[in-house]
Amino acid sequence: MTGYALTVNGREHRVEEAWLGESLLHVLRERLDLPGAKSGCEQGECGSCSVMMDDVLVCSCLVLAAGATGARITTLEGLQPADRGAFSDVQQAFVDEGAVQCGFCTPGLVMAVHDLLARCPQPTGLEIREAISGNLCRCTGYGRIFAAVEVTVAARTGGRRR
Amino acid sequence: MRSASTGTTRSAAPTDTNQVTSGRIGESARRPDGGPKVRGEFAFTSDLWADRMLWGSTLRSPHAAARIVSVDISAALSVRGVASVLTATDVPGAPLYGLEVRDQPVFASDVVRYCGEPIAAVAADHPDSARRAAAAIRVDYDVRTPVVDAEAAIVGAPLHPDGNLFRHLFIRHGDPAARGAVSVEGTYDIGMQDQAFMGPESGLAIPAEDGGVDLVVSTQWLHNDRDQVAECVGLPPEKVRLTLGGVGGAFGAREDVSLHVHACLLALRTGRPVKMVYSRQESFLGHVHRHPARIWMRHTADPDGTIVSFEARIVLDGGAYRSSSFHVVANASCFAAGPYRVPNALIEGIGVRTNNPPCGAMRGFGAVQVCFAHEAQMDRLARACGIDPIELRLHNALSSGDRLLTGQRIDGVLPVADVIRRTVALPLPPVASAADDPMTRPGGAGRTTDAGDVRRGVGFAVGFKNLMYAEGYMDGSVAACRLVDGLATVRCAAAEVGQGFVTLAQQIARTVLGVDDVLVAQPDTTIGSSGSTSASRQTWMSGGAVEQACLAVRDSLLTRVAAERGVPVELLRIQDARVLSHDGGVDVTVAEAAPGVVFEEEREFHHRVTHPLDTDGQGDAHVSLACAAHRAVVDVDPELGLVRVVQVATAQDVGRALNPVQVIGQIEGGIAQGVGLAVMEELLLLDGRPRNPSFTDYLIPTALDMPEVVATLVEEPEPGAPFGAKGVGEPPVISSTPAVVAAIRDATSAPLTRVPVRPDDIALSANGTDDERTMETS
Repeated sequence: MTGYALTVNGREHRVEEAWLGESLLHVLRERLDLPGAKSGCEQGECGSCSVMMDDVLVCSCLVLAAGATGARITTLEGLQPADRGAFSDVQQAFVDEGAVQCGFCTPGLVMAVHDLLARCPQPTGLEIREAISGNLCRCTGYGRIFAAVEVTVAARTGGRRR
Repeated sequence: MRSASTGTTRSAAPTDTNQVTSGRIGESARRPDGGPKVRGEFAFTSDLWADRMLWGSTLRSPHAAARIVSVDISAALSVRGVASVLTATDVPGAPLYGLEVRDQPVFASDVVRYCGEPIAAVAADHPDSARRAAAAIRVDYDVRTPVVDAEAAIVGAPLHPDGNLFRHLFIRHGDPAARGAVSVEGTYDIGMQDQAFMGPESGLAIPAEDGGVDLVVSTQWLHNDRDQVAECVGLPPEKVRLTLGGVGGAFGAREDVSLHVHACLLALRTGRPVKMVYSRQESFLGHVHRHPARIWMRHTADPDGTIVSFEARIVLDGGAYRSSSFHVVANASCFAAGPYRVPNALIEGIGVRTNNPPCGAMRGFGAVQVCFAHEAQMDRLARACGIDPIELRLHNALSSGDRLLTGQRIDGVLPVADVIRRTVALPLPPVASAADDPMTRPGGAGRTTDAGDVRRGVGFAVGFKNLMYAEGYMDGSVAACRLVDGLATVRCAAAEVGQGFVTLAQQIARTVLGVDDVLVAQPDTTIGSSGSTSASRQTWMSGGAVEQACLAVRDSLLTRVAAERGVPVELLRIQDARVLSHDGGVDVTVAEAAPGVVFEEEREFHHRVTHPLDTDGQGDAHVSLACAAHRAVVDVDPELGLVRVVQVATAQDVGRALNPVQVIGQIEGGIAQGVGLAVMEELLLLDGRPRNPSFTDYLIPTALDMPEVVATLVEEPEPGAPFGAKGVGEPPVISSTPAVVAAIRDATSAPLTRVPVRPDDIALSANGTDDERTMETS
């Protein structure tokens, strides 16, 4: 048991008296009061726990929290507008296009889509599918999620679709 | 749990999920919980938190069959942070629970009947301490040979005091001797599918000052859970209060009690809140699955393709405990022939207990297994008669006025021929080209397949099933509506599991009351039961209850306005958010029509009465039916046995689409699960032990696996259904599986009598030959 610091959403958080075996996902959810990342499989398969670490999309369930000191960690809570009820364009498109059903996969998908569009502003359909293929969704069959991504891309590029 | 109103970030109170939205019946209104969900602020049950909270963990049997010689908890009690360890001797109330019949121990004490059966539960101050303590419990097992073969279990020694047969049902219809000149038969196997919802089982139990317990939990049916928990913890039902937490999908797997009793027992014993969250592996072990099945069928027909007789023997492996097996047998048997006119039939349906994991409800509920078989049979029959398979289906298609195998006349709408024709008319995908990205070929990212090796196939299937509970079940749903100053609040215990009932409840209230602002209260057991979120029934049952409660409130409002204004109430109506009289003398907004007055009404909705099946399986047992057709296009690499599903087209009988985007969401999501069963999803067992209880090894379709879906809705309002709407959740998952497999057969000529289709089934089959069990004569 010892203390360490994590930089999450631009803020430094001290983690004290914690078991060093805890995953970043557990620490975010249970110690730092950031439950946006969800725990769906705890083995890096479902993507529900996706967060950014130094601009790389990772499954936070596979990252040892105590090993993430020094990294810039961004969770859903840090990615979206701070005002309650305000949305990023990706989030708004998810709501508008019916891309949300149970919503358990949604935070991870929102992270993955933001990451995709930062790397690749005008993805092809196949690039969209590949980018979110690490995020399992059991409700939607992904159709409305594809639509949400396409709507976001169209809006960002002034209506130009590839 | 997050709460908007108090400003505290975490509590055990329900979430405020009522984002401002709009939209009436027939519009694609947005979900009220969509905003909180995309922001990560929606409190799933696994996000709950309470002061002084402990974490629970379950010890489960690693053996499928054993005698428990002894259980020693002393080492677990000495693990640091452990507050309590409970075994069977600590259950104060009934030792058994169960969805329909109480046959399953809260904790096994003498006999273990399946791998994963709970033995003990632990509460500790950290989830890992709880897990370590559970692992430290020493159980001495006398391991037995499990009975894992369903046929063997039918005739074998009883595995349980209730015996091994959950149900043995015969349906005898028409002339048992009638036979047509053409005969086709086959035996079909369906593997064990898992619901694989994304949010694992979770709950928070909080001991109450009155000696009772409050449980926030993910479930499909609060009241049924409440009754089982109360019995087992030994409290009157009113001291066990359940509230729905945020549910991460369900698909049938949350009909049965999982951690409910364990969490409540630990909370009552320790006097502290106890949270339990299953790991993914524990989720696979801790909930029921879709019944694996072996199905034999024989059809005979006239040479023109008219079906003359149908015989089937359906064996469903129910696993160790009954769950809903009794009714899965009925559904599989009643809908065994598919949506076709069958004048003469003999069906034997068997649900049997084994030492495999318990099976119960999954989306499609018995209709899925038989549809895979009857649709393979229809293709065989078409070939034997020399008729186009779609023409054969149209020729025999059921419609209103026809009779089911159970003798029941179809009084409602069942547009089977329409869904077939509308599906056929949908556009096919472009032909595959060598210029396509290799990722889009079979093998995908493995880039194993050259363009020239790809064979394309097209397959077709039709399916149907009942809506609502059957066989005389007295089903009902209660809803309450409160209206004050134009703000409506709907209360109803219907479990929102992701399907969008919350949206529909708002749309219904807006439509009836002419208001925009509708809140939907968090479901709990302080109101009457709404029944289960299953059997495609909530839109009809709880939608009906919400409509009636809202209509009653509207009548109260109009009566008051009429009295105050001195006009006959018959002259008043609500239109565009205003109360209007026909003569124009009254024109006031709903919000201002009765300032400060609270209108509140509660109503219970029932569907028409159904009846049990008699000893010949005959009877008016079903409320309503829904059908869909699916056409699948696949690309196959026959050498490697790899498949890519390119497109699934569907027309679905929906009655009336109350929210078109939500209907499409159900269709696309259901097709994903049907594609999964066709080509990848199976919980594999070795001597009753699940071999792949993880998302690494139990594969569900990813965004790269998912085909293009082309869907069209057949809207013919169902008489008796609120707003004419049928439930839409299950038809997409019924015939999508056989359509995909038919397409693979079309591409390869492999017989493929089993799902999921494995690469060996394709690559190792002798092309061009049919199943040896098939007999086709003419």
